[in-house]
Amino acid sequence: MTDAAKRIVILGATSAIAEAAARRWAKAGGRLVLVGRNTERLEAIAADLAVRGAAAATFVALDCASADAEAELATIVADLGGVDVVLVAYGVLGDQRTAETTPQAAAEVFRTNFTSAAAWCLAAANVLERQRSGTLVVIGSVAGDRGRLSNYVYGASKAGLGVLVQGIAHRLAQQGARAVLIKPGFVDTPMTAAVARKGLLWAKPARIGAIIVKAADKGGPVVYAPGIWRWIMLVIRLVPASLFHRTKL
Amino acid sequence: MFRPAFRDQLPAATQSNTVSSVLATGLLRSYGDSCLNGPGGLIDMTGLDRLIAFDRTTGRLVVEAGISLSDILKIVVPHGWFLPTTPGTRFVSIGGAVANDVHGKNHHRAGSIGCSVRALGLVTAGERRTIGPDAEAALFAATIGGLGLTGIIEWVDLQLVPVPSSRLDVEIIPYGSLDEFWAIASESVVSHEHTVAWIDCMSGGAHTGRGAFTRANWATDGVYEAHSDASWKAVPVEFPSIALNRLTVSAFNEVYFRAHQLQRRRQLQHYATYFYPLDAVSSWNRLYGRRGMLQYQCVIPPGGDRGVIRSLLDRIAKSGQASFLAVLKTFGERTSPGLLSFPRPGSTLALDFPNRGVETLALMRTLDAIVAEAGGALYPAKDGRMPAPMFRQSFPRWREVAACKDPRVNSDFWRRVSLDD
Repeated sequence: MTDAAKRIVILGATSAIAEAAARRWAKAGGRLVLVGRNTERLEAIAADLAVRGAAAATFVALDCASADAEAELATIVADLGGVDVVLVAYGVLGDQRTAETTPQAAAEVFRTNFTSAAAWCLAAANVLERQRSGTLVVIGSVAGDRGRLSNYVYGASKAGLGVLVQGIAHRLAQQGARAVLIKPGFVDTPMTAAVARKGLLWAKPARIGAIIVKAADKGGPVVYAPGIWRWIMLVIRLVPASLFHRTKL
Repeated sequence: MFRPAFRDQLPAATQSNTVSSVLATGLLRSYGDSCLNGPGGLIDMTGLDRLIAFDRTTGRLVVEAGISLSDILKIVVPHGWFLPTTPGTRFVSIGGAVANDVHGKNHHRAGSIGCSVRALGLVTAGERRTIGPDAEAALFAATIGGLGLTGIIEWVDLQLVPVPSSRLDVEIIPYGSLDEFWAIASESVVSHEHTVAWIDCMSGGAHTGRGAFTRANWATDGVYEAHSDASWKAVPVEFPSIALNRLTVSAFNEVYFRAHQLQRRRQLQHYATYFYPLDAVSSWNRLYGRRGMLQYQCVIPPGGDRGVIRSLLDRIAKSGQASFLAVLKTFGERTSPGLLSFPRPGSTLALDFPNRGVETLALMRTLDAIVAEAGGALYPAKDGRMPAPMFRQSFPRWREVAACKDPRVNSDFWRRVSLDD
């Protein structure tokens, strides 16, 4: 697979981080299939990737959170004639307060970020295992590293997904394929538009996209994006509860 | 502040009743208040930076309005295409370039960028419309150079030009007086596609207007290399406001002039070096310190322009105020469809002044009187202070633009120049 165009499937392709990664893969001449809900937006992204150099950029309009992952992925991969990268990039932030008072709201966060994403991950793992090649890249979050009062519902959904991907990485390592969990810190995207964005720790989607593309080629099963978050989260995990519980983090 | 990520979000953003008015902004390189909307909201267009279509055989490019000229060039240059014209920085959005009807060193050949716009997507009064020279021509003419007032420019359909290289064959000619400038300029507009002169406006008397004339044509080597935005030169902190004063600028100009005077030179330069020298130094504006700088760019119609440019330069030399970068260029005859377009036949003089407050504004009022007397105009993209009557007199079709204005859109510039006192 060194000379042929890389075959890439992106789930949640209209997310800012996914689009940033897609632009890099397009520039390198990749063949991309974009999966998302909004046809007009997928069309706009596909046209852009084609101009940027993608060997092909097509899209499938469906709701990842409710689709039959196994069947849909099988069709997409059959059309591509195999797959080199599956990127799982969709997710919702939800609202912590609403999730605490409305059970359906919390269930919706878990269904989108964990239950449905896990189905896609397991489907992709089966494909990659059969191929004995390729990489599953999943966007998790530093919020999954320690439950905090400000966003533990979202954090729990990403933590669960993280353990699943960790297990898939273990399984695929023995089969010639890989799985990588990306843990972005603060990223300046429409998903975080409601959060006050200030300070040096906020990264642009383009930076996270570059890290994803690199992680799809090589590196460890858990990639903090940018790398500084590995150390920040290490400190946050080490703070004793007696101290941590006095904060509003 | 709205930050749309997709074009379909624009109609709702313009109609939002959380703000009294909106204004689309790009990379915020306008010097004055045409990209500000104090009492209202802004729509940051930089998230709409996608390419929609690019035909490598015809050079037709369709892009979302928030993409930068820099990103466009990275895509099109390797295929042998270039922007029809470009301002002195590539860090402007294409939407902003159209809304200000920008011009470049090749105005005498290409006109302003509006001359090469085939069509525009415009969100106006909550509707997404397609306009062009033959489709809603009046609205199109009001939108080219229309400072974003007729609605939100959603996408731009632009005709690129084929170039034989990504480098230019550049000739730098030192000259000692304004008379020499006019002689070189009139000869060069025939022989060269790109012309401009840097002038030392600290020297008066017989030396008034001395400087270095640069003229260039595209090289013909067939080598196409796009630029890189990686820059190792940056101004890390704001300089003290006093750093650029009459003495330091005079000294710089003297050294710069002597350096050029040593020899008439010819060299091959990459387009990034030739068109965008200041883009190589990020945050160059910090050289001016906290008080910043003011730009003054005027155009003087032909006929009287030689005498008027001399009066302006004499006035500046006498004022004791330093202009670090002064640029003089002759415009061509090609007219833009834009009703509020700044470029017009004649000569344009662009000056940077460190902001010294009252005395700088007083000098500019003196220059205003000379420009107005000559029937000239100031460039709205670089203005934050021209009196409303001067704007109305030098852009006589402003009422036609006002008639096409989207009632939901407004800017600080427009409130300043259009409202009656």
